[in-house]
Amino acid sequence: MTPLAAKRPLQLNDQGQLRHFLSLDGLPRALLTEILDTADSFLEVGARAVKKVPLLRGKTVCNVFFENSTRTRTTFELAAQRLSADVISLNVSTSSTSKGETLFDTLRNLEAMAADIFVVRHADSGAAHFIAEHVCPNLAIINGGDGRHAHPTQGMLDMLTIRRHKGDFENLSVAIVGDILHSRVARSNMLALKTLGCPDIRVIAPKTLLPIGLEQSYGVRVFSDANEGLKDVDVVIMLRLQRERMQGGLLPSEGEFYRLFGLTEQRLKLAKPDALVMHPGPINRGVEIESAVADGPQSVILNQVTYGIAIRMAVLSMAMSGQNAQRQLNAEEAN
Amino acid sequence: MRTAILGARVIDPASGLDQVSDLYIDGGKLVATGQAPTGFVADQTLDAQDLIAAPGLVDLSVALREPGYSRKGSIATETLAAAAGGVTSLCCPPFTKPVLDTSAVAELILDRAREAGHTKVFPIGALSKGLAGEQLAELVALRDAGCVAFGNGLDNFRSSRTLRRALEYAATFDLQVIFHSQDFDLAEGGLAHEGPTASFLGLAGIPETAETVALARDLLLVEQSGVRAHFSQITSARGAELIANAQARGLPVTADVALYQLILTDEALIDFSSLYHVQPPLRSPADRDGLREAVKAGVISAIASHHQPHERDAKLAPFAATEPGISSVQLLLPLAMSLVQDGLLDLPTLLARLSSGPATALRLPAGSLRVGGAADIVLFDAQASTVAGEQWYSKGSNCPFLGHCLPGAVRYTLVDGHISYQG
Repeated sequence: MTPLAAKRPLQLNDQGQLRHFLSLDGLPRALLTEILDTADSFLEVGARAVKKVPLLRGKTVCNVFFENSTRTRTTFELAAQRLSADVISLNVSTSSTSKGETLFDTLRNLEAMAADIFVVRHADSGAAHFIAEHVCPNLAIINGGDGRHAHPTQGMLDMLTIRRHKGDFENLSVAIVGDILHSRVARSNMLALKTLGCPDIRVIAPKTLLPIGLEQSYGVRVFSDANEGLKDVDVVIMLRLQRERMQGGLLPSEGEFYRLFGLTEQRLKLAKPDALVMHPGPINRGVEIESAVADGPQSVILNQVTYGIAIRMAVLSMAMSGQNAQRQLNAEEAN
Repeated sequence: MRTAILGARVIDPASGLDQVSDLYIDGGKLVATGQAPTGFVADQTLDAQDLIAAPGLVDLSVALREPGYSRKGSIATETLAAAAGGVTSLCCPPFTKPVLDTSAVAELILDRAREAGHTKVFPIGALSKGLAGEQLAELVALRDAGCVAFGNGLDNFRSSRTLRRALEYAATFDLQVIFHSQDFDLAEGGLAHEGPTASFLGLAGIPETAETVALARDLLLVEQSGVRAHFSQITSARGAELIANAQARGLPVTADVALYQLILTDEALIDFSSLYHVQPPLRSPADRDGLREAVKAGVISAIASHHQPHERDAKLAPFAATEPGISSVQLLLPLAMSLVQDGLLDLPTLLARLSSGPATALRLPAGSLRVGGAADIVLFDAQASTVAGEQWYSKGSNCPFLGHCLPGAVRYTLVDGHISYQG
């Protein structure tokens, strides 16, 4: 007797197109490449005098943020506006839930407003999955970050950044440095890199900031010595370190972390001379990264922000199109 | 009322009996096996050919949710569900509202259980007032009101010194203490077994050491205090090893495991289904295998449902925001039979872990087919199957096995000779 373990392809429609975007787990390489290609084609929209295309005209995108994040919310708003959608942004953490309303009730109410896409950010891992399973099937759910689990648009914008600067992934060494344990960005990046064929993914952190089983789940190599781990890499992705990690006994101090794992000019020299420096932001200068590196010639941190809008445009438009295709298929079957 | 059960394969692990025979019941007692007593005229006869007759199952942990949580379940619904699972005696934990730390609450539970009449109920009293782990509950008064043992659930004593005092006080009166060993600090904030699955899903982990560190401490305190101890809900292979070592050193400790821990692993969480959210958490496949071995060897002598019914809303949220627990007592026999079907245990051993094992662990007057004892009997068809959920009596539908076809089907459950469930 075994449990009902069959995994439903929640994110894809019957034709394998994107319907929701919850996680990079289980998405095929061709689909990730399609997202990157679509985002590439949207990059020029941001350079136009009139920064709009009509793909989501008449559609409503609702940003439902149960956890604050100005940067992610703004890029999703901009992405939706550039696709000509109507956009509403709700910061739910300070309203409904504090009045005792459950997430389920909140969603039902929002659903009644007839939005077409929810972009959801939530502090609990799996929240986006829960929402996708419980809202009406014609609504696309985009995960804007859930707990420690996934931040798939950030993962894809990092991939776009790498691809635009390095070409394909098949000969790259990529190091991810810092608080892997609490990072949804790291998890999404590891999955994306693995799916896209990156042969050498390294994570660099002290044991206290490393989740168990990384090697088997993601096929990465783990280093606790930053100098060893950064040797000859093509890309360095630094992660944000929350100050509360010191209080939780995970690290002795920011100073010691910086000394052992911070990306200084000196340490960056261990990587390849043309190595990219990336960071999901916001940066803690002098904790994760030296200012000279963050602002230096190898840094593509601001490019990441620009590419983030294109990735979000790609995901919003592809999910809407996958929903429409599924709706049509359902209607044909019903007839 | 006189009842004759004819032609069953009678399996009584307590006496080692396993043969086709007849059972004769009079006045709620089992009066004979094999040959009818002289002058015995049955008022009712149950044709039990092709059925197995065994002692009614004894479940050491069934949350009845009354008083205080009637939205989740009631004594009437959950004891009926238990009877449908083949259970004739069950222990209910003290986490009610108010907490089962006064005689009044124990009496209320026992009264309602008697009114319902589906199974015998043996309450577990709170070891500390309000389960707060600070002040002892009135243990002797609770015993006098019917509590058979005392526990504090997963609500730890924050101070080892206070726990030691509680154990010594209980030992003074030969009261039994039930431990749910989990170190509060090591487990704090955790949602799932600390391992690759939790890492992948970004769920905060509860390390195996949350169990083993607490278990090691508790075993040492048991040795020091001399209290009668039962360790409930062992989840790890290493935890089972610690119990085995203690037993080998001569400590009179017993242990149980939740049935679902012998079937499921943390890999079931992969889609974030809140139905698999339990505390302590589902552990690794290696732990499950270790637990199975410990059950086989008798180190863990009892399998319990650890039934926790919930209302729908309790599971309707992202994983972290849901309440832990599985509603499973109604499936106790067929779910357990899957262990026989999978070749892990033979049928008599399984029945021992579900009847005589738990009864002996808490010294309950149950778990055997002793002539002269209460006629608490389950009659089941090992060849038939049960579709989980087809008939559902528990108020909690938080059961991941619903819809599964499980081996074995309970046909009759008899409590004190009365048919309390007929399938």
